[in-house]
Amino acid sequence: MKFNMFTKALAGGVALSAMLTGVALADPAVIYDLGGKFDKSFNEAAYNGAEAWKAETGGSFLDLELQNDAQREQALRRFAGQGANPIVMAGFSWTAALTAVATEFPDTNFVVIDTVVDAPNVQSIIFDEHTGSYLVGVLAALKSETGTVGFIGGMDVPLIHKFYCGYAQGAKAANPDIKLIENYTGTTPAAWNDPVTAGELAKAGVDAGADVIFAAAGGSGLGVLQAMKDAGKFSIGVDSNQNYLQPGSVLTSMVKRVDVAVKTALTEAADDATFKPGLTIMGLAEDGVGYAVDDNNEALLTPEMIAAAEDYKAKIIAGEIAVHDYTTDSTCPL
Amino acid sequence: MDLSAILSILDATIRLSTPLLLACLAGLYSERAGIFDIGLEGKMLAAAFAAGAVAAITGSAWIGLAAGMSVSLATALLQGVAAITLRGNQLIAGVAINMLAAGLTTFLGQTWFSQGGRTPPLGEGGRFVPINLPFANEVAGVPIIGPIYYELISGHYILVYIAFLMVAVTAYVLYRTRFGLRLRAVGESPKAVDTAGISVVKLRYQAVIITGLLCGIAGAYFSIAQGSGFGNNMTAGKGYIALAALIFAKWKPVPAMFTCLLFGFLDALQIRLQSARLGGVEIPVQAIQALPYVLTVILLAGFIGKAVGPKAGGVAYTKER
Repeated sequence: MKFNMFTKALAGGVALSAMLTGVALADPAVIYDLGGKFDKSFNEAAYNGAEAWKAETGGSFLDLELQNDAQREQALRRFAGQGANPIVMAGFSWTAALTAVATEFPDTNFVVIDTVVDAPNVQSIIFDEHTGSYLVGVLAALKSETGTVGFIGGMDVPLIHKFYCGYAQGAKAANPDIKLIENYTGTTPAAWNDPVTAGELAKAGVDAGADVIFAAAGGSGLGVLQAMKDAGKFSIGVDSNQNYLQPGSVLTSMVKRVDVAVKTALTEAADDATFKPGLTIMGLAEDGVGYAVDDNNEALLTPEMIAAAEDYKAKIIAGEIAVHDYTTDSTCPL
Repeated sequence: MDLSAILSILDATIRLSTPLLLACLAGLYSERAGIFDIGLEGKMLAAAFAAGAVAAITGSAWIGLAAGMSVSLATALLQGVAAITLRGNQLIAGVAINMLAAGLTTFLGQTWFSQGGRTPPLGEGGRFVPINLPFANEVAGVPIIGPIYYELISGHYILVYIAFLMVAVTAYVLYRTRFGLRLRAVGESPKAVDTAGISVVKLRYQAVIITGLLCGIAGAYFSIAQGSGFGNNMTAGKGYIALAALIFAKWKPVPAMFTCLLFGFLDALQIRLQSARLGGVEIPVQAIQALPYVLTVILLAGFIGKAVGPKAGGVAYTKER
């Protein structure tokens, strides 16, 4: 009888470990932020990274587009409860939801991009947006004929100020007399998806003399790119390479290699041996950020402009130029 | 603030008030005929989607406009059947239209184009382009009048000119034609109209059709003139602001135009006042963005006086037997 119980317990243990193995082999999940999977910007970069991982490994992944803020915790719990592992989230608004859920599922590996969550099973990937923005700021100032360059952010949050602050420092470095116009599309998450208001802001910027405008505004940025094209001026895209959206008008794009981050995360975090909980910073040296040059904008950038940008890039990597990060002290010394 | 800055704000005012004006006039026909129309927003949204989708596929702004107007018309007729023929509650019918449009546009957009509910960006020909009025370039050099003509009056989308033309047309139709007289009568006393041997139902349907067509132009303006392609919920509550403007204007066409221009002006001002400084202190962007809404509340509450709508508004007409 005792033996029988033992075998039962053993069988139970085997079954449980089989289930656990099943969990470990489960599909990873990717959750996009508000703005939509195909925003041609941040979320789309995350999606492209996941697709690249899928093409390379032949694996499959679950994904979800959020419709509103209230769904965050629910979505996380559902995926974690289903045994998805790892779970990758794109967006800075995940902090609260992930902090709550990460402790509930200690065996699940979470990767969050653009914010920092301190938990033993969370890898936080952040980008040095300020240094990438610095370089496009240099290019904007060198391209500008009016001596005025603009910036249109999405939602008015510290992360977007970080973009602006880097951009402004770069523009000032290339041309100390440059005039900067700073605008934000709104103060709610709807500001990521409001191309009409963003386009109107761009027109106002053009009227005020700006001939290059950097749009760090997710889906709203499409309105800026269109408005600058209509006005015959230049825009700078963000996150994904947006040069192709309005060829000949998009000066360059401040690319944030969210796709690389997602692809690496899906590969590494699937296995506890390679999972790197804690903080990962992707900067210029890691090619995590940079400016995009391709067929669509080659003609807009002179060799001198590229040389100047490369020079600043080398100096930033070498530590000769320290680009101030707005998020460290919420100020932007210019 | 110099002349060019003022002209730039006024220019934006015209651009931003156009969809409000079209929606406001659309609501005017419907409400004057005794049908409260809370569904302006939904009809515009449906039209914006249809126009954006069809213009993206065909590459023609005019076909897009026609599609937008057709879809808006169909939506208006649906609302009309519910509110006129079936004598349902008009407010509920309008709310239903709004919810239907908000959900259906995103769903269909995602199904057809897989771009998160957006329609693809439009190329050349798929959008209306600003038109330069005759002699705009020639007179641009003339002091004061030149820039006003060149910057402010010339260089808008054709839909903008249609919107302002519709103000005059509406005023004429409403006060100078037999149809207008009957339309006003049916909103005040449908029984009297019926006694005179005129069909209340037919008149109300005519009003609803005009409402649908005008909402269609307003919606198309969002996606194929002002914007390039449809985005989720891109009308962003403009239908409700148009409704507020209609009440503020006491259901009259010319005051409606000025009210819409005022709302457009506040919006334009809000955009240009960002990062403005007052006595060395930067005004918070939230305060600036709330400005149009705060002023709307103040104006509606304090300065409008008594606004009495058409007497028979909101009541379905039941013929006595």
